[in-house]
Amino acid sequence: MAYLNGLKCRECGRDYPAEPLNVCDFCFGPLEVAYDYSTIREVVTRDRITAGPLSVWRYKDLLPASGDNPVDIMTGMTPLMKANNLGKELGLDNLYIKNDSVNPTFSFKDRVVSVACTKALEFGYEVLSCASTGNLAASVAAHAARAGIKAVVFIPGDLEKGKVINAAIYGPTIMAIDGNYDDVNRLCSEIADNYPWAFVNVNMRPYYAEGSKTLGYEVAEQLDWQVPDHVVVPAASGAMFTKIWKGFNELACLGLLDGVEGMSFGEDQNSVHHPEVKTKMHMAQAFGCSPIAAAWNNGQTHVVPVKPDTIAKSLAIGNPADGIYALKVIQESGGSATATPEKTVAEGIELLARTEGIFTETAGGVSISVLKSLVEAGAIKRDERTVVYITGNGLKTQEVVENAVNTLPIKPTMGSFESAFNA
Amino acid sequence: MVTEPVIYNLGKDFEIETNIRRADVREDTGWVILELKGTEEEIEKGLNWVASKGVRVDSISGDLIQG
Repeated sequence: MAYLNGLKCRECGRDYPAEPLNVCDFCFGPLEVAYDYSTIREVVTRDRITAGPLSVWRYKDLLPASGDNPVDIMTGMTPLMKANNLGKELGLDNLYIKNDSVNPTFSFKDRVVSVACTKALEFGYEVLSCASTGNLAASVAAHAARAGIKAVVFIPGDLEKGKVINAAIYGPTIMAIDGNYDDVNRLCSEIADNYPWAFVNVNMRPYYAEGSKTLGYEVAEQLDWQVPDHVVVPAASGAMFTKIWKGFNELACLGLLDGVEGMSFGEDQNSVHHPEVKTKMHMAQAFGCSPIAAAWNNGQTHVVPVKPDTIAKSLAIGNPADGIYALKVIQESGGSATATPEKTVAEGIELLARTEGIFTETAGGVSISVLKSLVEAGAIKRDERTVVYITGNGLKTQEVVENAVNTLPIKPTMGSFESAFNA
Repeated sequence: MVTEPVIYNLGKDFEIETNIRRADVREDTGWVILELKGTEEEIEKGLNWVASKGVRVDSISGDLIQG
């Protein structure tokens, strides 16, 4: 069972029942899950977690959907790899890569969709839906297939065929909208209001977003129940960034981190900061869509929306719903936000592939480039334990590294081979 | 901009009922979360006028389309 008290408005604090809602009727603030932490504290232990499945559902006591019968395509428990080669190149002795590109549909979205889909079934929904330019559509379609319910995904009409295939193979209904980015957002907002569907990032959003906490839990568990000194996280809406921080702090407050005394969650569960969680949260965005980084670097407490113009399509959210909360996390943690130049995105992808054998999509290229700039700026010291989140697979965005392909054409003779190879 | 009664004029010049839910208005910048009631056509016209005054209008839920 899920240990929930209901939903709570992040702005005005009003309480709501645990229903498919995402906005406060009173102040239009976002609703967040309110947990029954006193019961969770009695139930959850490290042993109970490690005895669970090798998926995000090992943390079922900390998720807002019942883990008794989850929609699980074995998402999560992805590798945390010590990155000695990349570390050596950058000047870091304790660098780790959290490789979330190896999830079932090849991105971290499986974490959030697994939770949203499980909750949607609890609510009795028979259709799972989303608007997406890639990763989310594939994950929604895959989970709906696993759950045996219908998927309806909305995509821009000009989306590349390869990305459409990534979702289409699971058999969803795909609506290709003839319109620009704003048109797609607007239509989907209207459809979500008028159809009894579980839109994962609309009416399921409070539950969906919580799935990203598992990115924090797993890293802590894989580091023997410790949190790192620094994390570098790519950001679009900012939700994943805030949830990793929340995950670290939940573990600390529940007394699950090594050598850390638990403490109360206080009145505002979503803002809790355990003083022993000293991880600096560094946000990575690409320059062509960097509204949160711009707000941080301009000292603003609000985020000014932008029109996305970036090759990092999976990060192209111009009006990020969680932007202001991400700014608070940066401030609280003593972190940073960086907008890396567009030309460095492919360089980051190539650097990670060349040094560690991991092929990431553009969001990962953004993270690696930002990591490099943070080290160069002295923000991360050589011996500090640093985790970089790689959230999607490079096969999804091969077009951005086409120039990396360098073949040596030869004739089928030893002479031709040896002269080309030794040239 | 801050001296111009944009929300008042939006309600006066268009068939739109406005209701401020939250706001933070400062000397050089600000935002307002505004509930609008009216026909789709009238709201469209009203928001086009607001945009022509240099005000950016976005959905409260942020961008729904994700990567």
